[in-house]
Amino acid sequence: MQIKESSEIYDVIIVGSGAGGGMATKQLADAGLNVAVVEAGPYFDPADPVTQTQLKWAYESPRRGAGTDRAFGEWDMSWGDWEVDGEPYTQEEGSNFRWWRARMLGGRTNHWGRISLRFGPKDFKGKTRDGHGDDWPIGYDDVKPYYDKLDKLIGVYGSNEGRENDPDGFFLPPPKPRLHELFYINGAKKSNIPVIPSRLSILTKKINNERGVCFYCRQCSRSCSVYADFSAGSCLIFPAQKSGGKVKIFVNSMVREVTTNAEGKATGVSYISKDDRKEYKLKAKVVVLAASACSSARILLNSKSKQHPNGLGNSSNIVGKYLHDSTGADRAGFVPSLMNRKVSYNEDGTGGMHVYSPWWGDNSKLDFPRGYHIEIGGGMGNPNYGFGLNPNEFNKFFGVKVGGYGDTLRDDVKKYYGSIVGMAGRGESIARKENYCEIDPTTVDQFGIPVLKFNYQWSDFERNQAKHMRDTFEEIIHNMGGIPLGEKKGKDKDYGLHTPGAIIHEVGTTRMGDDAKTSVTNKFQQLHDVDNVFIVDAGVFVSQADKNCTWTIMALSWRASDYIIEQLKAQNI
Amino acid sequence: MDRRKSLQTLILGGAAAGTGIVFNSCKTENGETIDEAIAQSSEKYFGRIPKELERIEKLNAEQLFNEHEMETIAALSVVILPPKEPHGGPIEAGVPELVEFMGKDIPSMAPTLLGGLMWLDHKSNTEFGTEFKSATLEQKKQICDEICWHDIEVSLDEQPLEIQFFYMMRGLTVTGYYTSKVGIADLGYKGNMPNVWDGVPQDVLDQHGVAYDPEWIAKCIDQSTRATIATWDENGNLLT
Repeated sequence: MQIKESSEIYDVIIVGSGAGGGMATKQLADAGLNVAVVEAGPYFDPADPVTQTQLKWAYESPRRGAGTDRAFGEWDMSWGDWEVDGEPYTQEEGSNFRWWRARMLGGRTNHWGRISLRFGPKDFKGKTRDGHGDDWPIGYDDVKPYYDKLDKLIGVYGSNEGRENDPDGFFLPPPKPRLHELFYINGAKKSNIPVIPSRLSILTKKINNERGVCFYCRQCSRSCSVYADFSAGSCLIFPAQKSGGKVKIFVNSMVREVTTNAEGKATGVSYISKDDRKEYKLKAKVVVLAASACSSARILLNSKSKQHPNGLGNSSNIVGKYLHDSTGADRAGFVPSLMNRKVSYNEDGTGGMHVYSPWWGDNSKLDFPRGYHIEIGGGMGNPNYGFGLNPNEFNKFFGVKVGGYGDTLRDDVKKYYGSIVGMAGRGESIARKENYCEIDPTTVDQFGIPVLKFNYQWSDFERNQAKHMRDTFEEIIHNMGGIPLGEKKGKDKDYGLHTPGAIIHEVGTTRMGDDAKTSVTNKFQQLHDVDNVFIVDAGVFVSQADKNCTWTIMALSWRASDYIIEQLKAQNI
Repeated sequence: MDRRKSLQTLILGGAAAGTGIVFNSCKTENGETIDEAIAQSSEKYFGRIPKELERIEKLNAEQLFNEHEMETIAALSVVILPPKEPHGGPIEAGVPELVEFMGKDIPSMAPTLLGGLMWLDHKSNTEFGTEFKSATLEQKKQICDEICWHDIEVSLDEQPLEIQFFYMMRGLTVTGYYTSKVGIADLGYKGNMPNVWDGVPQDVLDQHGVAYDPEWIAKCIDQSTRATIATWDENGNLLT
């Protein structure tokens, strides 16, 4: 079979259409470059009524929203989850890394939590801060102008609080707290834990005439049909097309490798079309990888040639290394003062929480480095499958029998509706060379492309952090007059620390640095080994912060895009 | 209307089922592709992608419970949650159809459900000489009274089958009811529709003994400005 080669030479091929790829598409197309976007999944537009799940009711489905087909419930707007049909990944013995892949235009930005936190000055200088991990080759001041522009371009609600490591920005005003969030604020304050308005990329106010304003359905995970939340398609790729940019989108196109010439420079990519299962080639002056930290590493490692026998950009042998995810641990509490609620009002609010706690701790007094933030859940939610499965479980807290049947179940459901407050800690782990993904030569996906094998172990730093999270949550639950639910998890269960990958903040596999021996890209996200290949996903992160990674992916992708434009103009690449 | 058709009605809505659109792998009876069929009545397809819709159709074509078992499920569900005006009960909420679907969607539930239904009839026949569905309400309650309390100190899967069965059926009945149109009305949930959130009503704050901090509220969106395009000064202070 002959590989079908297109004669057109694009200025830039962008592999992946999520946060990083979407931003590169917008910036590079706006600069007049001829861009090809290659996406492994199908086309998706949140405004398309055919695929829309926003505002659907449980009873429209025979499974009432159960998560049998989609891991986060059947309304979640991610096509693909921990498993993707025909695209396995494998594990080193003893490793259990979980990998979420959304195969669709816009990728995971269609369902993410919209938590949009800037990294702070300390977050770029981990080694200086406490001796662990490495410093980034850049600092907050390098990224700040891009965060500022990003806030204005995309829109994020929040508040300027003047906190040292949680920088201020250009925020839309936040929504008022919900009832359970007022309880949380009071509970956290008793333990001297700060609480401030959330920072979410959801429009509480108009930022332009193209996007709608939030109508408070709490369903950002379903992707907003009026574009009031950030998704890469609705907020970056479509606007780039509408403003006349040269953007050609190849969907259902699974990139196999970056192709190179005799000099070792990239010439484009080869991909498998999922529609006809044939291999195609696209050519470009510049290749930008934005397939996600692990997928981009996989493409590089699979791009072996005479010039790059260890995979593209991998002369350092660092591609795939330093893989790290956020730490995570959760706890919920039953709060009797939140019983017997009036249902007189619509409490949905925006997606996610209206308030959160940024990290407050002093690590010199703790048995782990770095911190975590706390996300808050609860309220009178939209009933879906699972609602009332154990309708009067909390009777046990009042010495009343659990179970039974009859009319009283209606009273039980209403009595306890909205009486749970949940807390989730999302923290920073230390990047380690020993945690990595690599090619598993024994296994291929359905397109014949060798797959990733993961090897990832937590250390006591992360376990101790999770213990601190769960202890703190218990304390706050007690402060609210509540009772912690579920069991207290001990050392044998890693204190409730989620398995690596589960928080879906995987970063670090193609980290940036000044030294080509210990990093994959330079500080402009250009491969040390090949000057016309860039990486604009979270692979370039030297360290995760106690912040979610998306806002920084986009700020850095914008910065790298500016550099690409400059370098092309100067004819350096 | 046969059971398969009624389930289709549930999924497709009366109009679509009436047009005879039935899905088999990639082509419908009318020769349309599934994509076309979805596009034509997207309101009825709750955003499924073709492979998801195919799986739902495949499950719908399978039968887990026979007619007698479906009637027994219905009979048990109304004992668990008796209908109450004005918001009906499990039958109006489609609970038996949900139990059938979930038993196929999550196959590990099926043995408990099938075994539990057999246990109900065996028990009813032994005690009262009649199948459960034909027993009097008092007789049904006598049977349920024996199995409706699980031991909360012991893992459920270590308890007798009939206890597990009742727990599962109660859960499916309550979840089925409160995820239905009538159940949501009974619950009083007011969301899942466009609105403008402007905080917790004062009477609710009072009821729960909490208050808004004026300093916090001063940072929050003034909803009368939501349609005004945001502009900032160079320090990030919102001007509009």
